[in-house]
Amino acid sequence: MIDAIEGSAAVARAVALCRPQVIAAYPITPQTHIVENLAQLIADGKLRCEMVSVESEFSAASVVLGAAASGARAYTASAAQGILLMTEVLYNIAGLRIPLVLTCANRAIGAPVSAWNDQQDSMAMRDAGWIQLYCADNQEAVDTTIQAYRIAERSELPVMVCMDGFTLTHTLEPIDLPTQEQVDSFLPPYRFKRALDPLSPITIGNLVTPEYYSEARYVHHHALLRARAEIAAADQDWARISGRTCGGLVSVDGPEDARVGILSIGSVMGTLYDARDEFPDLGAVKLIKLRSMRPFPAEELQGVCAGLSELIVLERALSPGGGGIVGAEVRAALCEMEPAPRIHNFAAGLGGRDMPLKIYPALLEAAKAPQATRFAILDVDLTKVAEEDR
Amino acid sequence: MASDFDHESIAELQRKQPAFRGLDAGHMACPGCGQALGARLVTEAIGPDVIIANATGCLEVFTSAWPRSSWRVPWIHSLFENAPAVASGIEAALKVQGRPTKVVALGGDGGTFDIGLQALSGMLERNHNVLYVCFDNEAYMNTGVQRSSSTPHAAMTTTSPRGKQRMGKRHLKKDLLSIIGAHHIPYAATATVAYPSDLRAKVRRGLEIEGAAFVLVHSPCPLGWDHDGALSIEVARLAVQTGLFPLIEMERGTVVSAMHIRSVRPVVDYLKLQGRFRHLFEDAPEAREELQHLQQIANHNLELYALRSDQPEALDSESADTARRGGLRWS
Repeated sequence: MIDAIEGSAAVARAVALCRPQVIAAYPITPQTHIVENLAQLIADGKLRCEMVSVESEFSAASVVLGAAASGARAYTASAAQGILLMTEVLYNIAGLRIPLVLTCANRAIGAPVSAWNDQQDSMAMRDAGWIQLYCADNQEAVDTTIQAYRIAERSELPVMVCMDGFTLTHTLEPIDLPTQEQVDSFLPPYRFKRALDPLSPITIGNLVTPEYYSEARYVHHHALLRARAEIAAADQDWARISGRTCGGLVSVDGPEDARVGILSIGSVMGTLYDARDEFPDLGAVKLIKLRSMRPFPAEELQGVCAGLSELIVLERALSPGGGGIVGAEVRAALCEMEPAPRIHNFAAGLGGRDMPLKIYPALLEAAKAPQATRFAILDVDLTKVAEEDR
Repeated sequence: MASDFDHESIAELQRKQPAFRGLDAGHMACPGCGQALGARLVTEAIGPDVIIANATGCLEVFTSAWPRSSWRVPWIHSLFENAPAVASGIEAALKVQGRPTKVVALGGDGGTFDIGLQALSGMLERNHNVLYVCFDNEAYMNTGVQRSSSTPHAAMTTTSPRGKQRMGKRHLKKDLLSIIGAHHIPYAATATVAYPSDLRAKVRRGLEIEGAAFVLVHSPCPLGWDHDGALSIEVARLAVQTGLFPLIEMERGTVVSAMHIRSVRPVVDYLKLQGRFRHLFEDAPEAREELQHLQQIANHNLELYALRSDQPEALDSESADTARRGGLRWS
């Protein structure tokens, strides 16, 4: 049934459909509505679940770690500074191979203080060893949340579902919420074979000397690489039940023979689809949606970029002193291609700045430059910057 | 979810409890390690039906080097500062699953007094049904004897050394039990490895009570305190008998009992056995001043908790765990 639901409320309903047993969270804008909605579902008796209202994001992540290690399906959510405060625990959850799901309501990192959307928070966590899936709209946020539990539990890896704060979390969209029967048929009850249990006591979190550390990292790395198949399969299987796909690891939309492509991640994809319709005279353009940032689908990306002469990478975060984060990864993945497209890398929409439709012609114009743009912030207004800082 | 776990087998395990040892032999602790002894006594008192969340520290390092483990109970180590939160999550999971298994968190004074204090406060405030045991060896021993907020005033550590202008640690040992008491949790106590029956009784009490419980276990460290490993018990006992480490119990933040001291010893008897206080016995006015100060701290404890007693008692500081004197042993 299709309802107009706010993004946060829709994600909360999707989480509830997955029958979580322990939820722990600490409030932070713009994630707060998700856990508020879950608290209401519990208060109304619609969800049987232990909700632990902790004193920090650090403890939120630690509580769900302990709960999932004890065999309970667990959920948490955060954003921005909260994700950064969790950092040490996020690495630990991944290293211990604890399956759980976290929603990151993407938000900029201070300083300067900002409460608005960009993707600096989750991008800063890309090396933590989590699976990271980005949502283009709220329907994808719902479907990805449900898929995330199956991916996490089959691969014994934690999954971070990233949805743009405010742009998605605080926006009403028509959402097709699946039924409990649909979710139950897709997601079996959680069984963790390494669960803490006095009848078969195991030690989790050993000290590992140099003699074994490389092997532990090897296993973790390869588990993430293998999870690519799990992510693709979950999307296909869920499509059979729901009739909807989220685009697997990476998906492409546009005419076969287009020589220009724009790759992006998250909710800006919607702007790009609309802009392409708005400006049909600007030529054939493939729009490439990167859904899985970790594991990074290098080979699949080479496949969707075949035949392109220009590839524009648009992202909502940057590595200061380096440049684009997604851009650098895309460039590294495509450098073996023969012929490889020229790559133009832009950040825009930082700290909640609007990305209007006119960004589309601006990107296509920039791609005509004789020299490809290695990296630039597209929508920077230098009149607001002191002369000596320009 | 309760059907997933075989309660009959758990009952069988519990019948074996007196012989059960949660922390087995073969670990890598130093000879005379108070924490290793403390962990053994605590896990013996708990029995097999438990899940342990352990903070980073000596106990974690000397028991869990891959591919070996000294733990016979399910045990998880996550980080230095989050053992109380991990334990909270385990407890929440068990509650949903309907499993009666006990949850215990273990940490050192670094993980408890300092870096993990916020998570501990959260766990206590939410009154999770978890017993938190802190093995207090009064410094960061795992990283090479650096001062913690639990290090006693004037003790030498590698970050509070004796120098021309310093007499060891400049600050007082944090009064953690008062902080714990301020959370008004059902049960909190101090104990020591020198009095095993008292320690076991307090651990059992903490487990029986519904809600959060806390036990602080004074645990000598021959390496960090610089004393003979053979004297660990003697040193720990003197900490009690001088009044420097009072053994008390609190219910809902109120002191309800204290182990009485029949013959109070001067603090120098405790201090002179340990190299970390060696500089206090130099012929210098500042050394004499610090000795006096430490004696005053002990005197304050004796008054505050009314620790002195003239009448022999089965569980006073001289009788407990001494069969020869007619006291209770291995109760």
